[in-house]
Amino acid sequence: MKLSILGARVIDPASGLDQVTDLHLNAGKIIAIGAAPAGFGAVESIDAKGLVAAPGLVDLNVALREPGYSRKGNINSETQAAAAGGVTSLCCPPNTKPVLDTSAVTELILDRAREAGNCKVFPIGALSKGLDGEQLAELIALRDAGCVAFSNGLDNFRSTRTLCRALEYAATFDLTVIFHSQDRDLAEGGLAHEGAVASFLGLPGIPETAETVALARDLLLVEQSGVRAHFSQLTSARGVALIAQAQARGLPVTADVALYQLILTDEALIDFSSLYHVQPPLRTKADRDGLRAAVKSGVVSAISSHHQPHERDAKLAPFGATEPGISSVELLLPLAMTLVEDGLLDLPTLLARLSAGPAEALRLPAGKLAVGSPADLVLFDLGSSTVAGEHWLSKGENCPFIGHSLPATVRYTFMDGRISYQA
Amino acid sequence: MTPLDAKRPLQLNAQGQLQHFLSLDGLPRELLTEILDTADSFLEVGGRAVKKVPLLRGKTICNVFFENSTRTRTTFELAAQRLSADVITLNVSTSSASKGETLLDTLRNLEAMAADMFVVRHGDSGAAHFIAEHVCPNVAIINGGDGRHAHPTQGMLDMLTIRRHKGSFENLSVAIVGDILHSRVARSNMLALKALGCPDIRVIAPKTLLPIGIEQYGVTVYTDMATGLKDVDVVIMLRLQRERMAGGLLPSEGEFYRLFGLTTARLAGAKPDAIVMHPGPINRGVEIESAVADGPQSVILNQVTYGIAVRMAVLSMAMSGQTAQRQFEQEQAQ
Amino acid sequence: MSLPNPAELISQMAIRLKAHLEHRAISEPRFIGIRTGGVWVAQALLEEMGSDSPLGTLDVSFYRDDFSQNGLHPQVRPSALPFEIEGQHLVLIDDVLMSGRTIRAALNELFDYGRPASVTLVCLLDLDAGELPISPDVVGATLSLSAQQRVKLSGPTPLELELQDLAL
Repeated sequence: MKLSILGARVIDPASGLDQVTDLHLNAGKIIAIGAAPAGFGAVESIDAKGLVAAPGLVDLNVALREPGYSRKGNINSETQAAAAGGVTSLCCPPNTKPVLDTSAVTELILDRAREAGNCKVFPIGALSKGLDGEQLAELIALRDAGCVAFSNGLDNFRSTRTLCRALEYAATFDLTVIFHSQDRDLAEGGLAHEGAVASFLGLPGIPETAETVALARDLLLVEQSGVRAHFSQLTSARGVALIAQAQARGLPVTADVALYQLILTDEALIDFSSLYHVQPPLRTKADRDGLRAAVKSGVVSAISSHHQPHERDAKLAPFGATEPGISSVELLLPLAMTLVEDGLLDLPTLLARLSAGPAEALRLPAGKLAVGSPADLVLFDLGSSTVAGEHWLSKGENCPFIGHSLPATVRYTFMDGRISYQA
Repeated sequence: MTPLDAKRPLQLNAQGQLQHFLSLDGLPRELLTEILDTADSFLEVGGRAVKKVPLLRGKTICNVFFENSTRTRTTFELAAQRLSADVITLNVSTSSASKGETLLDTLRNLEAMAADMFVVRHGDSGAAHFIAEHVCPNVAIINGGDGRHAHPTQGMLDMLTIRRHKGSFENLSVAIVGDILHSRVARSNMLALKALGCPDIRVIAPKTLLPIGIEQYGVTVYTDMATGLKDVDVVIMLRLQRERMAGGLLPSEGEFYRLFGLTTARLAGAKPDAIVMHPGPINRGVEIESAVADGPQSVILNQVTYGIAVRMAVLSMAMSGQTAQRQFEQEQAQ
Repeated sequence: MSLPNPAELISQMAIRLKAHLEHRAISEPRFIGIRTGGVWVAQALLEEMGSDSPLGTLDVSFYRDDFSQNGLHPQVRPSALPFEIEGQHLVLIDDVLMSGRTIRAALNELFDYGRPASVTLVCLLDLDAGELPISPDVVGATLSLSAQQRVKLSGPTPLELELQDLAL
């Protein structure tokens, strides 16, 4: 289908493009930016004056909950939610049931995602079988089935030596390993950042060193093994400082943060609201400032939702008995725009961290607006606000931002030139 | 972006009266004083031939204990009985929880039995808040201890003990000794002492038993008994759980006693009329020497007596606040 | 409507109470005032009678029958009875008798201390609005008020009565 998007402010962080112009799409690809090709004859056109057109967002961590946790979400519901948040490509973590450690599970996810047709899904395979941290998963079989990277999530390897071997094996085949660096022993039993708020509430703490000790170790192992590494879900200022140091000495590591970590701090816990129960935990204002600075400077090149939808009951218990996580992928763009509204980032930088940055970190074929590339894009309106939760697509309503007015509205999301979401 | 759910303190009604009793955080000094004054009146009732008043006749109070307790449970039972309420006690740790019933379902079942008030003890910090907010908004919730967070009736009975022996809080030095980190009693005591105007609150413990950020309570930290106890008016000893020896918090009970045990010799460094308190049950020879626990300066058994009066005060005030709130809401609706 | 002077009422009440106690052959009465106004009236009455008997004070907050409607009185204080109740002749003193419910609460409370030999009820004013079969043995004056009117006693010295109109 031929489609022209007319008069939008087109921002492509990958190429530095930022101007009011037209986009012309055909057969799922962008075929021209600016003047239409001779004899294009668009079947349809969208008057996009006043809207921003940007690459479809790339979210490095969206738990789809399928297979295994259909009460929390499924591939159709959560990719629909993602499209509403402006996302066209997403990675799903391996903590499904069964664990994403076989090509069968990988194929099942990819099939369901294709059927749903809301988003491009790039699975992250388990680094160890059953995420048990003991035996390597069949990484090459998983890669061939479609896994783009490998991770053990927050589940530590039992032995550092086994982890080291896993990294060396992955390095042999130029596979990317994603770390969620948190030391199991230091974090054991913890529910909140170890600091004044947790002490006051009597919640067992997770010290900052749970992140930094693991991170320092992981960075050294990455350096030794030469594996391609991405560090996900950083929470502390000292943590991102370790990444910055590693990058400065030439280690090609990338990193992402959860969007909610750039907005919330541990002070949100003061009423014991389980909506703010996340792992790794919300930390202090100083940590949030450190994360924001690292996002601005590019040390952290990706902002992800770390979307974790839950059924109601999972959050209906005393704080410590609830499951961690926030459902927020469908607010990704409008919620991230609060960072621009608050003057923390300019719009092109924010869009870079939401598209080109994450795509490059995991070498995904996504995240840019270029002639010949897939027509994955989002059209949004900066002049209109979104009341979070007015329409809710995710099966998980565990979102503390519901009810807030957010400073942008997604009008259209296109995936391969097709409308995957329309407000 | 600030959380949207910042709101009027959960435990106060629209008139600022207690409608739940969850923690001492945010309660004004006047309200704490009112609790102590009311408890004084109930203490007098305890000395009569008939130790019972008809105040809560026809009301049903459920003690729901998800954690074992003898002292707290029995004093809550006695308090409710002396107010003429009907009382039932459930030890959930041994019944439904092991059958997989959730906290939510357990309490909703009890609510359906037309209970007017729950006294809840639970191992998770924030459990009482959760119940007051999400489970039974029209039932008064009394926190009988939640995780490490709060034990507000113990806090208030400790305050009543101090006030009855020392008169007021204005010129007192109070030392709290032992496992502060895991202690909901310590947290409630620190908040209460601060709110009631105690100028010198000390905590004495090794670093492994002190929570990070303890300065926020307005206390001075000591790691040595001799300096920490010097000239104090009140010594509050905390219970040390056996399991603290595992995980490297302490080498042994013996070493803890050697450094932080309250002995006659150490107590001599406090004021001559200093009182010694302990929430019980005491570990003789671990936190405290028997000669001190049974000695003339010990008020440990008085604490138990005062505990009943304080709990009667809190139960009747919270029931009263629920009544007032319902009336207020009805008037608003009209 | 003019209200009587409490001082004059007290002196008349003292005479009547003495007569009442003589008639009943009560030689050692125990005086109890109901907080707060009743305590003031009792103090004035004891002074008028030249008695140095100890005065007990009763706070009936824990015995009121309107807890479910009105909740707990915020300034409840301990009752203080510096004598035995068991087998004694009690003189219970209150300021204004209206529905009779306070007296019922006071009687209930007294019986939790023991079984008195008798209870004599003394009131400064009887508003003739009883809802229970309770009437004073000795009364200063009986008034009839309209539904909106209330009488308030202030004290302890001097004792003064004031008419309040709820409609205002």
